[in-house]
Amino acid sequence: MSDTDTGAPRPGEPGHPDRGRIDRRSERSPWNWLLLLPLLAVLYPPLYNRTDPWLFGMPFFYWYQLAVIPVSVVCTLLVYRAGRRKGAR
Amino acid sequence: MSGHGVELAIVTTLFVLVTVLGFVAARWRAGAGLAHLDEWGLGGRSFGSWVTWFLIGGDLYTAYTFVAVPALVFGAGAAGFFAVPYTIIVYPMVFLVLIRLWSVSHVHGFVTPADFVRARYGSPTLALLVAITGIVATMPYIALQLAGIQAVLTAMGISGHLPLIIAFVALAAYTYSSGLRAPALIAFVKDALIYLVIIVAVIYLPARLGGGHAVFAAAQAKFAATPNPADGILLPGSGQLGYATLALGSALALMLYPHSVTGVLAARDRGAIKRNMAALPAYSLLLGLLALLGYLAIAAGVKPVATGATLTALDGTRLGPKTDGNTIVPLLFDHQFPSWFAGIAFAAIAIGALVPAAIMSIAAANLWTRNIYKEYLRRDATPAQEARTSRWASLVVKFGALLAILVLDPQFSIDLQLIGGVIIVQTLPAVGLGLFTRWFHRGGLIAGWLAGMLGAFWMLWNVPQAVVTPAGVKVVREHFGGSAFALSKLGLDTGNTVYVGFLALAVNLVVAAVATALLRAAKLPDGTDVTGPADYLADRGDPRVVDLTRNHLPLGNLRA
Repeated sequence: MSDTDTGAPRPGEPGHPDRGRIDRRSERSPWNWLLLLPLLAVLYPPLYNRTDPWLFGMPFFYWYQLAVIPVSVVCTLLVYRAGRRKGAR
Repeated sequence: MSGHGVELAIVTTLFVLVTVLGFVAARWRAGAGLAHLDEWGLGGRSFGSWVTWFLIGGDLYTAYTFVAVPALVFGAGAAGFFAVPYTIIVYPMVFLVLIRLWSVSHVHGFVTPADFVRARYGSPTLALLVAITGIVATMPYIALQLAGIQAVLTAMGISGHLPLIIAFVALAAYTYSSGLRAPALIAFVKDALIYLVIIVAVIYLPARLGGGHAVFAAAQAKFAATPNPADGILLPGSGQLGYATLALGSALALMLYPHSVTGVLAARDRGAIKRNMAALPAYSLLLGLLALLGYLAIAAGVKPVATGATLTALDGTRLGPKTDGNTIVPLLFDHQFPSWFAGIAFAAIAIGALVPAAIMSIAAANLWTRNIYKEYLRRDATPAQEARTSRWASLVVKFGALLAILVLDPQFSIDLQLIGGVIIVQTLPAVGLGLFTRWFHRGGLIAGWLAGMLGAFWMLWNVPQAVVTPAGVKVVREHFGGSAFALSKLGLDTGNTVYVGFLALAVNLVVAAVATALLRAAKLPDGTDVTGPADYLADRGDPRVVDLTRNHLPLGNLRA
């Protein structure tokens, strides 16, 4: 990738004496796919563009989208925790 | 004292309080002194989870949020609710994308997204384009914040521009003096006020107005009475593509705005950002409730303030008095609440405008300093000279925005912001994708940017502003009437519209990819990449990450 890579391991790369703190594993975690869930839930409006059922005095269109917010929080927290657990050394 | 007198007294008191805070902020957790751009422009890169939450929240949820989103829901109904999916989408993307920018920026000392592009592609030209795009996109966004303050002033019955000018001079002065610490500290006050106001409003108002069903019924009746088929409490069939692409495109834009990047880079470590991406949706919930204030305003019978002008179609038809939709929420509070509470709500909106305006002007100033001044005017600038230039540039940026709002019609504030979003999203291939792959050729990215910008302006030029009347569709303005582009203009047999920024980005990506393939085949020299793969994963504690926090006094420690 890098044009200036000399081939010698840089800090943080395998083989380098000082691996430092590298957040490598969280980047490749399959848990990251969970982050797609809230995106898919709101990016296809035919899924929720209706009034019934109502909840708390709101048509479905509104409370459904508001309800995706806590779902996205849970997904993000799960991904964060999974990344941290694996990354711990 | 009259009702407006009480409101004005409360707004003035709270405004003076945050102005004092703004100046005091210079001493808050002060590090090596403001003579370094890292200190003035990024708050010493030292903010922990809590401060980052308030800073990014204050940054992303602006006066635009409080005023224009409910105004949009008031005017168009469901289509205005796009702000909710938009903020749902943005955090997972930041979690995966900007986190890499944080790391590479901390290894290499980048302050702006254009700094990163410069190092990644070895192309000052591409960096310059990214910097100019950022500055141009940010300017109307700052102007939009002023429109928020203006709406509050109008609702209090204050005319004239002097109060707005005074507010902005105060803002400019403490941003100059304290840098990013000022908005970070003021954001605490802003958020406390906003949460208080919204929670009270969504509990108290629906009950007062007959419950949720009655509120939505009133909205439905209003939209049914208009001849416009595009409004309603649900999306029309032809509006769904536009809704989804606007949400997605706006989220991509938000991530790329220089001020978002500034907020993220000021965080202390990767964990602070990641925790925030889980905690920031609290604001999305707030935004959703705010949007619904548009319906509460309908149920409460609020009428927007007339600007005094008459709306006239291009064919000469008079369409009635022109109104300022942004005054909806301030008027709702003015009518439905005792004046002391309305005063607090107004102060919340006004202060809510100051925080992002400060961060945005800092971000634009950093772009100017790092990517234009230091790159082209004074290559040997010392950190102290950089900081000084940035502080002056922040003043220029703010007064430019002030001038824009005094000259332009406030009704177009949301369109201005949407145009800014269309432009900034054209930096996605260089900045966003550049964080993951070096596949694109720098020349390809420049070609893609050019194509995207030309496409965007061509489409915006071809979006008329129209009003649907019983006598048919009347065009009020021929060009730059919004950001929903009718696909029928491309010869497609459909009533669907699509967000201009989204389509322009598609053009941008295709051109960038084709040009990259051609340039690689022609073996034209590509720039040197001075970043390495591990730089994108480095965290605080990595020996390459300069730990600026070590020099800091343990004052006001709010780290989680």
